[in-house]
Amino acid sequence: MNLLSVSSPHLTRTGGTGDVMLLVILATLPGLTALTYFFGWGNLINVVWATTIAVASEALILKLRGRSLGFYLRDYSAVVTGVLLGLALPPFAPWWLTLVAVSFAIIIAKHLYGGLGNNLFNPAMIGYALVLIAFPVEMTSWIAPRSLASATGEIAPFVDTLNVIFPFHSTTTFDAMTMATPLDAFKHKGDLTAEQVWAAEAVLSAKSWMAWQFVSLGYLIGGAYLLYRKVFTWHAPISMLLTLALISAAFWLYAPNSFASPQLHLLGGATMLAAFFIITDPVTSATSVKGKLIYGGLIGLLIFMIRTWGNYPDAVAFSVLLMNFAAPFIDIYSQPRTYGHKIHK
Amino acid sequence: MNRGLRDFHGGIHPPENKDLSTQVAIETAPIPDKLVLPLQQHVGQQSKALVSEGDYVLKGQLIAAAEGYVSTALHAPTSGVIASIQNASIPHPSGLSGSCIIIESDRKDEWGKRLQPLDYEKVDVSELLKRIREAGIAGLGGAGFPTSVKLNPSAENTIVTLIINAAECEPYITADDMLMRERSEQVIKGIQIIAHMLKPVGCLPVECLIGIEDNKPEAAETLEQTVKQLHLEHEISVVRIPTKYPSGGEKQLIQILTGKEVPNGGIPADVGIVCQNLGTAVAVYKAVALGEPLISRITTLTGRALEHPKNLEVLIGTPIRSLLNHCGLQQIKLNRLIIGGPMMGVTINDLDTPIIKSTNCVLASTSEELPNPTPQQACIRCGMCAEACPASLLPQQLYWYSKTKDFDKALNHNLLDCIECGACTYVCPSHIPLVQYYRFAKGEIRAQEHDHTKSEHAKQRFEARQHRLAEEAAQKEAKRRERSKAAKLRQQKATIPPHNSESESNSEDKAAVIQAALERVKSKKDKTSKLTPEVSNGSAAREEE
Ligand code: SF4
Ligand code: SF4
Repeated sequence: MNLLSVSSPHLTRTGGTGDVMLLVILATLPGLTALTYFFGWGNLINVVWATTIAVASEALILKLRGRSLGFYLRDYSAVVTGVLLGLALPPFAPWWLTLVAVSFAIIIAKHLYGGLGNNLFNPAMIGYALVLIAFPVEMTSWIAPRSLASATGEIAPFVDTLNVIFPFHSTTTFDAMTMATPLDAFKHKGDLTAEQVWAAEAVLSAKSWMAWQFVSLGYLIGGAYLLYRKVFTWHAPISMLLTLALISAAFWLYAPNSFASPQLHLLGGATMLAAFFIITDPVTSATSVKGKLIYGGLIGLLIFMIRTWGNYPDAVAFSVLLMNFAAPFIDIYSQPRTYGHKIHK
Repeated sequence: MNRGLRDFHGGIHPPENKDLSTQVAIETAPIPDKLVLPLQQHVGQQSKALVSEGDYVLKGQLIAAAEGYVSTALHAPTSGVIASIQNASIPHPSGLSGSCIIIESDRKDEWGKRLQPLDYEKVDVSELLKRIREAGIAGLGGAGFPTSVKLNPSAENTIVTLIINAAECEPYITADDMLMRERSEQVIKGIQIIAHMLKPVGCLPVECLIGIEDNKPEAAETLEQTVKQLHLEHEISVVRIPTKYPSGGEKQLIQILTGKEVPNGGIPADVGIVCQNLGTAVAVYKAVALGEPLISRITTLTGRALEHPKNLEVLIGTPIRSLLNHCGLQQIKLNRLIIGGPMMGVTINDLDTPIIKSTNCVLASTSEELPNPTPQQACIRCGMCAEACPASLLPQQLYWYSKTKDFDKALNHNLLDCIECGACTYVCPSHIPLVQYYRFAKGEIRAQEHDHTKSEHAKQRFEARQHRLAEEAAQKEAKRRERSKAAKLRQQKATIPPHNSESESNSEDKAAVIQAALERVKSKKDKTSKLTPEVSNGSAAREEE
């Protein structure tokens, strides 16, 4: 008689890690759509290009490590890293910038640490931080949103965008259209008061600001969907957003002219993307409920501090990386109380 | 009845598949040709066989006696001849075999002398306890803990609540469900007896709660009606609890019904609770009111490899093969054979494995309903396992520590509080067989502890011996000196007059030599071993003596 001898449980839920990752990818669509609508084809091209590099790098490493390609590629974790970087990098980031960021993320930050599940740092954020430090100029030139980009309110045509990113056949440039991000603009406001900045900077004009808000809203919608599908719990994102909102509100109320408003903090940069797509990466975050609250809250705090007093206009990558590093320690001190045990000291 | 129910952390909702086996009434399984009765069907010491090969036994006759306090008696489930006492497959996770009494039935099913039925209100509680022990009752739900032990809580614990576990939260299993539907009177009367036994003289009656998942409305209603008919509304409450696995875990059920937690390392009696399985209550009723020992039980035969899944009243010792055939087993479809439910059951390979006192279900599954395990992927630390864990553990951390054999950390994360319910494995998107890792780690830790105590004992023995030898040597040395001194003295006596302080310095000498020898042993010991505090304290105390 040849019956299966395995130990319990014999029943498991269907659906695997690959399905979870696919949901995450699906949930980036509202944000990506908003980006494409307001800022042109750049991010969409970036996403496709970054994903291609990510999958190729992953396949290469798997091959070198002698792992089964089909099995490991089907966890789609490389695709997620690619998509997230594609969203985070500036729309007209040149092809090599993306190549450097993505391949570094997959090869060094992920596989040199032992592959999915073993990496200490969020691969996408490592890739992002690397290019941010190495190529600050390319990384801080965002482009003007639709309606400000050209007199007709059109976005740059697809082919032109492609030519800017892969400048092999032409020398098209969009110099005229590059523009800082809202946070960047505010950061370099110099002696102007907040009111003056909002009036003076094109990127903070009503139309442009709306574009940025819509993109953030897109990520928020995607995040809400993932929450609804129970891909992650609310603890880390809400803790991060709440901390950031409260602290920035406190400072802003105290000195509205020198500090950015909570609105700018929440909607003006990569905050929403970070809250729902970056810090929710389970591998690199704290694991218990209490741990996630601490983890998210500290990221919110760091984002505020680095944005306000640091050298970089946006601070998501550095804040996340710092907390990635702290996550194992948070885990040690945030064990939940086991059934039947007294409260932990 | 509505009570403020508490929830327990985590839990899952696997597909129930219960209606598979509730379509027909409980049937009596045919008497098999051969019965296999393991001597170890319970937690505790193995029973001692009282019969030998060739003996003729009658139904209900005692064939093995309880050996020690935590043990149970065993009775012949039917009349027949003892064919042999030998090793045979038993339903145990280890897949090992155990010593079994094999009875060849004569198909007459002839009763021997029955025990005297007792009126529980008229006899002493100790009489009832004795009866339950005589009847060989061990928990019919879980591990099979001897019931008489559980019903005899230590005097320090005042029992205020009796919980009857009728949650039956595992998918597929319906034995208790059908028992409640069809034999509710026996159930309630059994509970009455147990409640009576737990009530200390002169105290208030214990509160009695029957916890039942709300996916069994019919059973709950029947029980409620019976309670009403017997006018026990003030003593027994049927409590419907939300269906969620593992609500039937003892600790979880206690938490749901009372909000109390069994302290770590303790038992329910520490918080004034005794928990009994529903089937056990029926066995108690039969033993006390009818004088029948535990020789049969209700077992669910289910799974999609069976044509006619149903609940059977089976004799303990019936080989599973005959039951499967009775239910129309389709051999080709059978892929996994499980004793117990799909969450905590044990797979078996040998169809001749018998039904024992705690076998509530035999699940003959096809590869479609319980697919073969998928290859495991990396843990992405998603935390779904931690959300599902009823013990509020961090399964992902335990997994990591078990895998890397970092057992100290695993213990630190309370690995030993894992009840192996399998909820974490069920939800894991990476299909990691987490519980397997925990079993491995627990086994290793147990083995290490065993080795540790063994080597600790050896060490203590060794040290004691060294100590003794040193003392002996010192004494010998002292004696030798005394002798040589005496000899010298004798020589000196001839010349010099005797010295007064002689004998004094002599004994001082002796003490010094012993002290030195002890010191040597001690320093050696300090160098060679790192003792646990108690042991070193102990030896320190010895030295001070
Ligand atoms: S559910 Fe599985 S993948 Fe998720 S944290 Fe637990 S063990 Fe890891
Ligand atoms: S098997 Fe253990 S770790 Fe897993 S959910 Fe159950 S109690 Fe928690």
